[in-house]
Amino acid sequence: MSREPGAASTPIVLRPRPAWWERVDRSAPVWVLAAAALVLLILLPLAWLVYMSVQSERGGFTLAQYARVFADPRLQKALWNTVVLAFWSGIVAVAIGAPMAWLTARTDLPWSRAIRSLVLASFVTPPFLGAFAWVMLAGPNAGYLNKLYRGLTGAEEPLLNIFTMTGLIFVVAIYTFPYVYIMIANTLGLIASDLEEAAAILGAHRLQVALTVTLPMVLPAILSGFILAVLQALALFGSPAILALPAGFHTITTQVWALFQYPPKVEMAAACSVPLLLSTALLLLAQKKLLGRRGYASVGGKGAQRRVIPLGAWRYPALAGCLAVLACAVFLPYGILARAAFSRAWAEPLTWDNFTLANWSFTFLHSATQSAIVNTLELGVLTACVGAGLAALLAYVTTRKLVVGHQVLAFLTLAPVVIPGIVLAVALFIAYTRPPFLLYGTLWILFIAYLTKEMPVGYSQSDATFRGIHPELEEAGRILGAGRLRVLGEITAPLARSGIIATWCFIFIGVIRELSASIILFTPNTKVMSVVIFDLKEEGQFGAIAVLGLFMLLMTFVVVALMQSLLGRDVMGARSSSAAG
Amino acid sequence: MTRRRVVVALVLLLAGLVANRLALAQDARVDAAKKEGKVVWYTSLALTSAEKVAKLFEAAYPGIKVEVHRTGSQRILQRVMQELQANIKNVDVIHTSDAGHYVLLKDKKLLMKYTPAGVERFPASFKDKDGYHYGLRATVNVIAYNTKSVPPGEAPKTWKDLLDPRWKGKLVTAHPGYSGVISTHVLALVHLYGWDYFKQLAQNRPMLVQSAVDPSSVVASGERAVAANGGDYTFYQVKKKGNPVEIIFPKEGVPLVVSPTAIAAFAPHPNAAKLFTDFIFSRPVQQALADSEGLYTGHPDVTYPADQPKLSELKLLQVDAEELEKRSEEIKTRFVEFFGA
Repeated sequence: MSREPGAASTPIVLRPRPAWWERVDRSAPVWVLAAAALVLLILLPLAWLVYMSVQSERGGFTLAQYARVFADPRLQKALWNTVVLAFWSGIVAVAIGAPMAWLTARTDLPWSRAIRSLVLASFVTPPFLGAFAWVMLAGPNAGYLNKLYRGLTGAEEPLLNIFTMTGLIFVVAIYTFPYVYIMIANTLGLIASDLEEAAAILGAHRLQVALTVTLPMVLPAILSGFILAVLQALALFGSPAILALPAGFHTITTQVWALFQYPPKVEMAAACSVPLLLSTALLLLAQKKLLGRRGYASVGGKGAQRRVIPLGAWRYPALAGCLAVLACAVFLPYGILARAAFSRAWAEPLTWDNFTLANWSFTFLHSATQSAIVNTLELGVLTACVGAGLAALLAYVTTRKLVVGHQVLAFLTLAPVVIPGIVLAVALFIAYTRPPFLLYGTLWILFIAYLTKEMPVGYSQSDATFRGIHPELEEAGRILGAGRLRVLGEITAPLARSGIIATWCFIFIGVIRELSASIILFTPNTKVMSVVIFDLKEEGQFGAIAVLGLFMLLMTFVVVALMQSLLGRDVMGARSSSAAG
Repeated sequence: MTRRRVVVALVLLLAGLVANRLALAQDARVDAAKKEGKVVWYTSLALTSAEKVAKLFEAAYPGIKVEVHRTGSQRILQRVMQELQANIKNVDVIHTSDAGHYVLLKDKKLLMKYTPAGVERFPASFKDKDGYHYGLRATVNVIAYNTKSVPPGEAPKTWKDLLDPRWKGKLVTAHPGYSGVISTHVLALVHLYGWDYFKQLAQNRPMLVQSAVDPSSVVASGERAVAANGGDYTFYQVKKKGNPVEIIFPKEGVPLVVSPTAIAAFAPHPNAAKLFTDFIFSRPVQQALADSEGLYTGHPDVTYPADQPKLSELKLLQVDAEELEKRSEEIKTRFVEFFGA
């Protein structure tokens, strides 16, 4: 399929194709590539996972592992804790995200752009860092906020105890509400105000309009935002490991991880993973149904007028509410991390005696940290390049309907969204610690995990990009006689460039913060930053964690800034519903 | 601070001198080790201490790097076995605080027979009779408390005192599923009081942390008032840093944890591993472990800080390595059963 020599310099002329060219099915290579990737990335690992979960010690078929998972009271409790955590995190995320989305999208709330950016900051904050920061903020005795509260009121009891289910739900919710926010803000941005105005003219009160007209229109978005938040909460490993384990309870993800301790019970881990996988698949199916039923003609029109709703006396209280949420998600955690990074003892007052740079030198001189930073960057760049390239190719092929069965291809690319990181990791571990593919111990197994995990995000981002480029531009090129590749190179690619770079950035950010798959798949030579942070956490090295955490945030924000400037707009707008992962 | 720097500098100098002499005598071996370029050390020694030992070695033998991989004893065993299953040969020197591991590893023929120079004079409890592993350092499990949260007169004196309901919500314990110091501790106390002790301790809802190093930071920060266990050297270190922490050596006795080290049979850098093993058993390093880290060692010539009790003055509770290995699953499972995670 290479371009003929000199084709670029000669004027475009219509040229008949050789006969063999017409006979070759050009979709074949795409399909071979896609099938190979699919087998390697998803089917083989998942097949191993299921196989392992039903294999008895003597090699026969058994359901004993499942029986044990559902009969063991400890595992039952872990399952139940996960359900409680996921459900309530979803509810709280909606309770925070929905009003904030409405306020910033439709009302005259002051500083709404800044608030949007801060929601983005909370969106890209690694949840395990947030959880770690909240240990320092709301540990029942040494927590900064509790000390402040005791100092002010003279009370004995703590105001907050983060090492509880409630604390865990709170911390998970403040980092998952952006998923709800994005869904709803984007939907509100598409709904015209006509209906709301009609209701207002007919005498409805503002609140009445909001509840009876606006709410029903965004209800699907709210529900699907809720499901996304629930999916996030189900799959999280870091936050429960940091907050639930010290309190003496497990969730299913920490339980799966604990089953890897020596002597490893990989079959049990597999048997725990399968129900988790099924529940995420069901939830996503439900979300698809909800979104697919989007029968509201008023959503999705071009040129619709949207009027700003005046909040009146509620402007400042509403602003205060938004800022309070953002304080919990961004200001306070970042502040306490910065403080710990420069303190000898994080719980002591910030005096000159307590000030130190030793955390920084210690962290960066530690040999495991150095190699982890290198590994993380390598994996980030590699996954982002391959992922963005693959996503662009697939999105191009599917949006332009270039091959037979492009819908299937799109579906398969989005499918990994149902696989929680830890389940993927268990599956990859089983599949790639044995011949024919011995990848455990190399960066490649992490690469595969990250690529699989990030494909849905990358694909939906690229899909949006290519949908935004009208095919008529390409058709014009084709009519003038340019081949598909030349059109791709000279028309489509330049138009899609910023979108593809944004995809690259999304994947990169996703990779550098990944913990739940890495924690199962790393070996000492392939440690990544998130794993080093987790290791340091187990030893209670607060200063070093704060340093690495801030470094990770810095990397993230540099990439976000790059992305914003390339896209020339808010990055959250383009993120579609398949953002779980 | 300056005093410690002087000590470190002296140790470096001494180590350098010793290393020089060794290097002259055993040029060939050092050359072989240099060709290998590095030694990979899976260690359960607290990260800061492990990094210090690594830096000492790198200063004594320029050109040979020490790759420190620090995690809990149980995680090290998990890692070694997991890598072996996948046919990965990465580790050279294995150092954990769970003596039971060495029973298992020796049994599976995963250790190299190697006797480091100068260990003949170590006490018997630091030596494997078959010559596969030797105790690099020792620590004892203690109780510690934050002096700002607990007035000295009211601090618990014995392991049994921790069962008093007045400590409800005020304790922290590390985890035998992570730490070898703690699995040893749990078995020693099970011998003393039976599993009932931990069942009752769990009623006081202690905060669960993983590493035996972590209770010291939890108590230092004041997040919990009293540590129900943890290596005494970790408390000694935070106390030296000026944190309001006091150590109690309970009168029923303190569980002694001798942490062995051994070279893997399949070590990819065997010469560097031997050199490193000799080095860490040399007097200067053993002395450094005692001076700046607050650890006990088996080296008969090592002197200890005046503000620390001698091992011989303490009533030690010892557990048998074979039993620790046999009951390791029971220890972890029952602990999780009582404490929830």
